[in-house]
Amino acid sequence: MTERLLEVRDLYTSFFTDAGEVKAVNGLSFNLDEGEVLGIVGESGSGKSVTAYSIMRILTDPGIIKSGKILYKGQDIVSIPDKEMRKIRGAKISIIFQDPMTSLNPTYTIGNQIEEAILLHTNRTKKEARERAIEMLKLVGVNEPEKRVKQYPHELSGGMRQRVMIAMALACEPDILIADEPTTALDVTIQAQILELMQKLQKELGMAIIMITHDLGVIADMCNTIIVMYGGRACERGTADEIFYNPCHEYTKGLMRSIPSVVGKRERLIPISGTPIDQLNLPKGCAFAPRCDNAMRICMEAQPDEILINKDHSAACWMNVKKVYEEEAGKEKA
Amino acid sequence: MSSQPLVEVKHLKQYFPIRTGFFGTTPLKAVDDISFHVDEGETLGLVGESGCGKTTAGRTLLHLYKPTAGEIYYDGNLITEKNIKNYRKEMQIVFQDPYSSLDPRMTVADIIGEPLDIHHLYSSKEERKGRIRELMDLVGLNSEQANRYAHEFSGGQRQRIGIARALAVDPRFIVCDEPVSALDVSIQAQIINTFEDLQKKLNIAYLFIAHDLLVVRHMSNRIAVMYLGRIVETADADEVSDHPLHPYTVSLMSAVPVPDPKLARSRQRIPLEGDVPSPLHMPSGCSFRTRCRYATEKCAQERPELKEVSPGHYAACHII
Ligand SMILES: Nc1ncnc2c1ncn2[C@@H]1O[C@H](COP(=O)(O)OP(=O)(O)OP(=O)(O)O)[C@@H](O)[C@H]1O
Ligand SMILES: Nc1ncnc2c1ncn2[C@@H]1O[C@H](COP(=O)(O)OP(=O)(O)OP(=O)(O)O)[C@@H](O)[C@H]1O
Ligand code: SF4
Ligand SMILES: [Mg+2]
Ligand SMILES: [Mg+2]
Repeated sequence: MTERLLEVRDLYTSFFTDAGEVKAVNGLSFNLDEGEVLGIVGESGSGKSVTAYSIMRILTDPGIIKSGKILYKGQDIVSIPDKEMRKIRGAKISIIFQDPMTSLNPTYTIGNQIEEAILLHTNRTKKEARERAIEMLKLVGVNEPEKRVKQYPHELSGGMRQRVMIAMALACEPDILIADEPTTALDVTIQAQILELMQKLQKELGMAIIMITHDLGVIADMCNTIIVMYGGRACERGTADEIFYNPCHEYTKGLMRSIPSVVGKRERLIPISGTPIDQLNLPKGCAFAPRCDNAMRICMEAQPDEILINKDHSAACWMNVKKVYEEEAGKEKA
Repeated sequence: MSSQPLVEVKHLKQYFPIRTGFFGTTPLKAVDDISFHVDEGETLGLVGESGCGKTTAGRTLLHLYKPTAGEIYYDGNLITEKNIKNYRKEMQIVFQDPYSSLDPRMTVADIIGEPLDIHHLYSSKEERKGRIRELMDLVGLNSEQANRYAHEFSGGQRQRIGIARALAVDPRFIVCDEPVSALDVSIQAQIINTFEDLQKKLNIAYLFIAHDLLVVRHMSNRIAVMYLGRIVETADADEVSDHPLHPYTVSLMSAVPVPDPKLARSRQRIPLEGDVPSPLHMPSGCSFRTRCRYATEKCAQERPELKEVSPGHYAACHII
């Protein structure tokens, strides 16, 4: 049986700014099992990164986890002391960012930085750590790793830095890798190399990945399961096939209609109307209601719960509730 | 349609002098002998890896950089440093970054009105105001908001301001340099539609630069693929996407992540090894040969020229 690695339960994270409370994550729950590749998509500001930072406990001021549980192998890591968390962060759960320079220190050689991570979390000697660093660089496809360990980040290309960051994140063989837009800044050919690498390492090391991106192509390519976020909540979740071929939340449907066809049918795109939501003033009902073409009165009034579409799929949209009622009513008549 | 292209570029070069060591400079060949044309009302997509020279090509074409060599024709007329000002009105540019390309202290009316002022395109204050309102409507901005500042608008709205500004002088050709790359998917779709509508309505031609190949394919009639300052392949947009010939294009197309899980599972990526060489140390012969799995002796010695492989489909490779 596969092990449950992570359980996020009813997570609320806010930023208490001068302008008011920015409700970035509003009751998000999900599970992550061993070997799973979970994709999180959603528009800019929907709370993807804040979710990742909450799990890593690297939220910056004035952000705090207001409530909820984050269970790593059954242990709630929201409330454990910082000292305990440091043993998990980087060792059991690692993160890579869009911009490698946010995790690479420009004043240290890359060898030093990878060794540092290894020394911090294992009881390897300095010499062993260096060997491990070189081994990791080889693993992620950096050529001449013996030379590279002596180089500084700025001496490497963007794709190379991204690889170094992955090497660093994986040096302690974490159970979970969180990748926050890991390839957004890269060219498609380099992106393909990095994605291929992540897939390969995931299989070899058996870790779970949380892949955060707004690129539906990357998601389709990489993920078994997908969570679509809107306004800090999961508006829809399911297997990749369910989300792409049977979207059941109006936002997800809109998202699928707004991207160009893969096979070059030049059909007119259908944009999602309206403007992104303001997290300072969340709507009372469904967060997507103000932009939804099919919004009903109840959508403005009450937040829809997630309901099951089938065993691989659920969505939080009143349209689906309506459908269930109509079907029930139909059955009764018959 | 006339047989003469609206814009034609022949053997264009842009070398930037880069200081190397204490003595002298080395030319960085950002654009190295490219030729292409754009017909009236047509969209030519320009794609390729970061640093391959797309922006430089677009800017040199508009004489925002003085060409190192080569010729640019507009409507059959050779454009020179002297006469370019007569053509500024006809050829415009829209930039990638809606955040930094607009002065935040200017109102929308100022921003859109500036080119009108420069080219003296009105005879009264009323006419100027009316024209600004018209332009805002055209790109889907609320003309009531003409007196607001650029920083009060969202990314997508700012991109529209940039487009309205480019349209102010009635251009027939616009270089669009990554005009949607900084925007969220749903906003991207709005701007893409705006570009399409304007083309239909005003018969404008675009040189459309973007790194999202699905967007480029959607927008373009033809696509030109650049690698290290050179065009390696050009053809009809569907042809380049579905039947690429040049080994670089083949890898590029196979690397595009497709938002379709079944297709993604069935596709095979053809990975490219290694990094792009520095443009300061261009490989001899074919500039792609250091990463090409088919490279032969000849590829190191001779530079492959673009040749027509099938009608309208050009590729620069010795093995094709
Ligand atoms: N330090 C901060 N202070 C105040 N608000 C913040 C801070 N960081 C994030 N937010 C807010 O939290 C919300 C969620 O942001 P988050 O970064 O998680 O979005 P995202 O889904 O990762 O978007 P993107 O795709 O743009 O990366 C946004 O409304 C954002 O403005
Ligand atoms: N003003 C300049 N001076 C010196 N070198 C330059 C200048 N502008 C561009 N370059 C160099 O010319 C080459 C081509 O750059 P260019 O910006 O045209 O690439 P691009 O294809 O637009 O890339 P991107 O996709 O990253 O925008 C690069 O090597 C770049 O570093
Ligand atoms: S010319 Fe040679 S090196 Fe260049 S792409 Fe063709 S086969 Fe490869
Ligand atoms: Mg983010
Ligand atoms: Mg550019």
